[in-house]
Amino acid sequence: MASITVTVDGVRYSDEVEPRLLLVHYLRDRLGKTGTTVGCDTSNCGACTVHMNGVSVKSCAVLAVQADGTEITTIQGLSNGEWHPLQQAFNTEHALQCGYCTPGMIMAAADLLRTNPHPSDEQIRDGLEGNLCRCTGYENIVRAVRRAAESGVTP
Amino acid sequence: MTTDTQAAAPELGKARLRKEDARLLTGQTNWTDNIVLPGMLHMCFVRSPFAHARITSVDVSAARDVPGVIAAFSGADFADEQASLPCGWPVTEDIVMPPHPPMATDEVRYVGEAVAVVIARDRYEAADAIAAVDVNYEPLPPVLDMRAALEEGSPKVHEAGNKCYVWPFVQGDIDAAFRDAPVVVERTYRQQRLIPCAMEPRAVVASWVADEVTLWSSTQIPHVLRFALGAFFGIPEQNIRVIAPDVGGGFGSKLQVTAEEVLAVLVARKLGRPVKWTESRSEGNLTVHHGRDQWQTIRVAADRDGRLRGLDVDLLADMGAYLMLVTPGIPLLGAFMYPAIYKMDAYSFKCTGVFTTKMPTDAYRGAGRPEATFAIERIMDELAVELGMDPLELRERNWIKHEEFPYTTIATLVYDSGNYEAATARAKELFGYDELRAEQKARRESGDPVQLGIGISTFTEMCGLAPSRVVGSLRYGVGGWENATVRVLATGKIEVVTGSSAHGQGHETAWSQIVADKLGVPFEDIRVLHGDTQVSAKGMDTYGSRSLTVGGIALAGACDKVIDKAKRVAAHLMEASENDIEFVNGRLHVRGDPEQGRTIQEIALATFTAHNFPDGTEPSLDSEHTFDPENFSFPHGTHLCATEVDTETGRVTIRSYVAVDDVGKVVNPLIVEGQVHGGIVQGIAQALYEEAVYDDDGNLLTTTLADYLVPSAADLPHLTTDRTETPATTNPLGVKGVGEAGTIASTPAVVNAIVDALRPMGIDDVPMPCTPERVWRAIQSARDTGAGQNGGGQ
Repeated sequence: MASITVTVDGVRYSDEVEPRLLLVHYLRDRLGKTGTTVGCDTSNCGACTVHMNGVSVKSCAVLAVQADGTEITTIQGLSNGEWHPLQQAFNTEHALQCGYCTPGMIMAAADLLRTNPHPSDEQIRDGLEGNLCRCTGYENIVRAVRRAAESGVTP
Repeated sequence: MTTDTQAAAPELGKARLRKEDARLLTGQTNWTDNIVLPGMLHMCFVRSPFAHARITSVDVSAARDVPGVIAAFSGADFADEQASLPCGWPVTEDIVMPPHPPMATDEVRYVGEAVAVVIARDRYEAADAIAAVDVNYEPLPPVLDMRAALEEGSPKVHEAGNKCYVWPFVQGDIDAAFRDAPVVVERTYRQQRLIPCAMEPRAVVASWVADEVTLWSSTQIPHVLRFALGAFFGIPEQNIRVIAPDVGGGFGSKLQVTAEEVLAVLVARKLGRPVKWTESRSEGNLTVHHGRDQWQTIRVAADRDGRLRGLDVDLLADMGAYLMLVTPGIPLLGAFMYPAIYKMDAYSFKCTGVFTTKMPTDAYRGAGRPEATFAIERIMDELAVELGMDPLELRERNWIKHEEFPYTTIATLVYDSGNYEAATARAKELFGYDELRAEQKARRESGDPVQLGIGISTFTEMCGLAPSRVVGSLRYGVGGWENATVRVLATGKIEVVTGSSAHGQGHETAWSQIVADKLGVPFEDIRVLHGDTQVSAKGMDTYGSRSLTVGGIALAGACDKVIDKAKRVAAHLMEASENDIEFVNGRLHVRGDPEQGRTIQEIALATFTAHNFPDGTEPSLDSEHTFDPENFSFPHGTHLCATEVDTETGRVTIRSYVAVDDVGKVVNPLIVEGQVHGGIVQGIAQALYEEAVYDDDGNLLTTTLADYLVPSAADLPHLTTDRTETPATTNPLGVKGVGEAGTIASTPAVVNAIVDALRPMGIDDVPMPCTPERVWRAIQSARDTGAGQNGGGQ
């Protein structure tokens, strides 16, 4: 067992974890942060994307012990009351259907807009290459990210 | 029900933002894997590493000693209770239906088949203990190729042999149609095996309290699952509650009664504790039923002027190792669709179902109809080349004209409505068809290494499953009706209970729009409940693009009954005759006196108090309606795809994609457009990227999303979509299904475009998925044989 201290969505937790425990399972099974989902086991789908110290990571490819001392933001901590512009834009553009990929897609998109606040459609598509959606065909996801960018997302 | 009031109403056709999104966007969704119950244990399965083997021993004793493990069982431990997983569609009287135990007991027939289960306190401990289960196998020869499987002397998957069934269907004089036909074109196409890959992996939680069981499952079919558990596994139906919480996509893959669901119920009963199972993606790729996997031999006879005389289709369909819920029937959903939108004199279809030692196949978005549409739309292009005609002109010469509806096709379907001319005209305009043809000509003449191809798919499909009598005549196991209940609450708010359980389709929004229209209540005042058999007792669930065309109509019918009841109460309160009460936009008044009205909300409260109520009238406005459709639904459309094919590298780029779909009246254009987008992309994925690949030993090589190429945003083009609107005449809302249309339409549009680009090189097919390597090899092969030196064609 290893001791970790990690801040998740603004709350500080100290826990004993097995060194092999994946961050996504720590979030879901230990902290009840079930907004973050798991869609694969090879870090291809991106459903589990969260921010670690402000940068997007796939939480199925990070061990909980690697998150020691970091600040994690999940979809559940993205907004304070008011929806984040990306959440708003995903709703407006109908950029989600079943919604399973959505938390990871939004967290990845937020990081994309942090590094490139005004991406072209092609840059949006390339930037979200690590996040798979089976429902939308991505058309409306691209529109939503463009809309959020136009509304001026602050990192 | 009249269409007049709906036409005037404001909600139908409005691009309402979805009610579902609030929880989905903020991480408050209730996925099955989120569920935690006191004392809950975790299951993990030991799965066969062999495609075909005799099990000589299973020893789980060492696994029981692993720390954290509570129990471990082999198939033999459940021999008396696990029965056989049901197949609900025995398509012929003499179909071979081998037993399919949820856990194998003496023989395994595909890699991934469950042979033992370990139950532990958490998912990591359960996974650890798998290695301690000792299974001995005696390998048997795998059966991997459908054609070889039917040969004399092939190893057998099951004792009864590898042929599952033969299903013939002949209409008209097929011999006459082909005899002396001036033109006959024959092709064989391969529908590769696909993996549905819903983003949410399957998950199950089972919990018993005394003799009652609750099963949470990531399923499309809570009602059918409850029925199956009751009918085939000895659990009294009234003691079974099935809940489909938020479900993260299905695409047919969750239209199933799975081994894991049944075993969760049995294990939880045996241990007296709740159990959970959540699959990993690689486990899912192995063991979620697969789709497609057919060999299609298609032959068309035509006159020189392009008129179609007859069509002959001979299919081999891979069942995989066992028959699952509707495995044998999937290719037959295509049987009626090969003639598509075209008129002809005769049609012959035959399908042979074949067992192999692979994961069983079953429904995957479109289910039989994408395969049919692919083959007919591909061969129409081949016929056009043979005749020297423009492929759109050939289609137009043969399709059913809009004034000919309703039209009985050669496959005996009655298409109620359609306008292929309008959809095609709009698609051509958006696409710039003539300009692209001109550019293509120029690039061919200049010998541009990147060639331009234009692909056409003028598709229709049958959906809205289904008229019960019709599917009954095809030996389908259940009916095709749908049920809805409207509850009028005391405050005038509305609760809707639907038997159509959504998993991303937006029923909560669309159903609210239908009710808001019918009852004249605010959209926000309506809540839609679904996916729990204790709440929604009756239903046939969600598949086959049936929710709106069957479930939505059931809901409209329930609303009409509410209005009838409200009229009686209003008549009593206003001292008028019931026949004189009119209901307009949520208000009831006496005909000719609109001032003296009562709102539906006032009637709701009067019904709740029941202080002043008509004699002999039940104080309730709540209404239930079950709707059995009279016909299928036939959405159609024209999809046009332009591809650029690099003849030096084989790389295919979709330059533009235009889809004009006609799904009848539209409840919510946002949702319709979203369904079309997602559908198109799943069809593009079949054309360009996806294939489930087994090696020569029967091991699945594409177990992860690194190997099985579900496309990302970067792999896909922008889609241009539009609609024409030809209302269905077979339901009062005029609606048609939309869930599968895009997938059915797009695959042939893309492949036709690739082949069209390469046609001058003498290439008339590229097998799917059309990867750069396959395209490059087709080009090399054509160059080697010197085909197409004189400008191509045959």
